[in-house]
Amino acid sequence: MAQFRVCPDSGFYFDRSAESLMKVNAVAGVVSLLIAGILALGVILTRWQDVHLLPADLFYQVLTAHGINALIFWVIFFEIAVLYFASSTLLRSRLAAPGWAWAGFALMVIGAVMNNVAVMQGNSSVMMTSYVPMQAAPHFYLGLILFAVGALIGCFVFLGTLVLAKDDKTYDGSLPLVVFGALTATIIAIFTIASGAIILVPTFLWSVGYINHIDAEMYRIIWWALGHSSQQINVAAHVSIWYLITGILFGARPMSEKVSRFAFLLYIFFLQLASAHHILVDPGVSSEWKIFNTSYAMYLAVLASMIHGLTVPGAMEVAQRSKGYTKGLFEWLRKAPWGNPVFSGFFFALVIFGFIGGITGVVMGTEQINLIIHNTIYVPAHFHATVAVGTTLTFMALTYLLIPVLFRRALFMPWMAKLQPYVFSLGMTIMILFLLGAGTLGVSRRHWDMDFTGAMLSFDYPGTAYMMVAVGGIGGVLGVVGGAMFLIVTVGSLLFGKKLEPSAGLFQGFCGLPLADSVYNVEQPPRLERAEPVEHHHDGFEAPGTFVLALALLVCFVVYYAINWDYLSSVWPIG
Amino acid sequence: MSEDTNLPKPERIPFFQRMLDNPFLLLFIGVAMPTVFYTLWGVMEVATIPIAK
Ligand code: HEM
Ligand SMILES: [Cu+2]
Repeated sequence: MAQFRVCPDSGFYFDRSAESLMKVNAVAGVVSLLIAGILALGVILTRWQDVHLLPADLFYQVLTAHGINALIFWVIFFEIAVLYFASSTLLRSRLAAPGWAWAGFALMVIGAVMNNVAVMQGNSSVMMTSYVPMQAAPHFYLGLILFAVGALIGCFVFLGTLVLAKDDKTYDGSLPLVVFGALTATIIAIFTIASGAIILVPTFLWSVGYINHIDAEMYRIIWWALGHSSQQINVAAHVSIWYLITGILFGARPMSEKVSRFAFLLYIFFLQLASAHHILVDPGVSSEWKIFNTSYAMYLAVLASMIHGLTVPGAMEVAQRSKGYTKGLFEWLRKAPWGNPVFSGFFFALVIFGFIGGITGVVMGTEQINLIIHNTIYVPAHFHATVAVGTTLTFMALTYLLIPVLFRRALFMPWMAKLQPYVFSLGMTIMILFLLGAGTLGVSRRHWDMDFTGAMLSFDYPGTAYMMVAVGGIGGVLGVVGGAMFLIVTVGSLLFGKKLEPSAGLFQGFCGLPLADSVYNVEQPPRLERAEPVEHHHDGFEAPGTFVLALALLVCFVVYYAINWDYLSSVWPIG
Repeated sequence: MSEDTNLPKPERIPFFQRMLDNPFLLLFIGVAMPTVFYTLWGVMEVATIPIAK
């Protein structure tokens, strides 16, 4: 029996077992997102002081589960699907060790369920960071550990598939850029998970009583090797997907493969060191350590992100211009397929990630001005720009692309899919901007009551702070509506979407069963040939519009950075 | 393989590209860098804080 099918619409080859694994991982991710989204409503409606929906204990419980389901389960399940797609489909290879991949998936599901149960039982409201000496129930940690082991197996299946593809000579030349980006994500993931094991295994043993003390500062340092690096898996993954999407939608070719690869290499070298920005106010470590890791090293990683931020839209601009959209600086952008959620989702993710996430990230990573906003709600606002829009919206855009190709269903309610990236981005952007403002005024993160009712030491926030959180709350509710639209479209497509292949039934969608045997009629896909070298015509600037956008980013950054230094001097007057 | 002899002589792959083509070398670098500069260095500093009496 043949092993592969070819998608008649996209030309992608799917290995039978890889296909099933991609589907189940994506479905598990979407289920986690559903849970996280419902909980998000509880979180934001409580922070919004006029609504103040949940009582304190429930708020912390819900916030713990929101963070873990969104940032760990949704994102990592989906990333495993992306790794299998990159190594198997993009390289036209069979998947290495599908049995192991299934075992990994099973561990991840068991771990995710176990952890959620622990949080729901109520004795594990320790936030996703689970800082010691706060103690959660043992199965809280055990769930996370099992999930991580499962994900680690997924990483090795990815590496194994790279080896297999090379041995089988399924492709010619070097790894394609998108696969190289996925490899970057995998490498960071392996460091991340190893760090997680180093800290969570002892913490688990402590929770069951075998170890009597875990040093709080040690915990923080090693935990952030996990906590920060895991965000860099997301960055590497969503940047790779940006290259993929511009390639598919526009036939865009990276402006320079060399430069883009070099940028990924910078990620491999430096991205994880920036973990130190979480430890900037901790007394136990030296300034040398803080400054080396957050400035010298971090700026090289930021440079890499700026390279990607320039080359991805740049490649799109070059491709659009070659199709004749050459008028002015921005015709290429105006004439982009704004009604296609794959495009609009990707593009909003890129812009919000770069402009809001990137700029605030550099501000927060600077030791001095970090003090203004450390542990305020500015921090969640920042990372909702990076992960809740940058990564999540990119994954949503990719899902719209994959529903017909991988699941062989047409999109359900395409008009809703068309609107979804707009609603989600608008809501989230409002929430993010206003919570950034509130954080600058000192509003704490992870804090149930801005009024400090009955507190021994109280504090009066200015009225503007309340107003900002309230407007942020409205934005957040709109964001949840946008998230719900995504879920309606995706779940609806698997339930009711027109079957593009008669055997694409419910079990094929939700449980990952293969399609009818007759669909798998390719013994071995033809070898992936090397792309022709890109021709460079050097008649002036290739991508002037992108260049202007990059300058705009730079100006915003410089102005905002300067404002923060100025603000610092007034927060802490000297003399 | 016999047909290989008909091919033009194998292309020379630049050093840098050979490095990028080696996933396990990259994996090593990607794990070693943060382990040394972030984790070990950081943990050493915390471990050498004197214990309060
Ligand atoms: C759909 C709309 C969403 C809304 C309205 C929302 C709202 C919020 C708010 C207001 C907080 C901060 C609460 C506080 O510190 O007091 C928060 C925390 C958090 N959110 Fe979201 N969020 C959404 C989606 C997401 C997504 C998609 C992700 C990740 C992919 C995410 C990840 C997190 C994480 C990791 C935390 C931190 C939890 C902690 O402090 O331990 N959120 N969310
Ligand atoms: Cu970080």
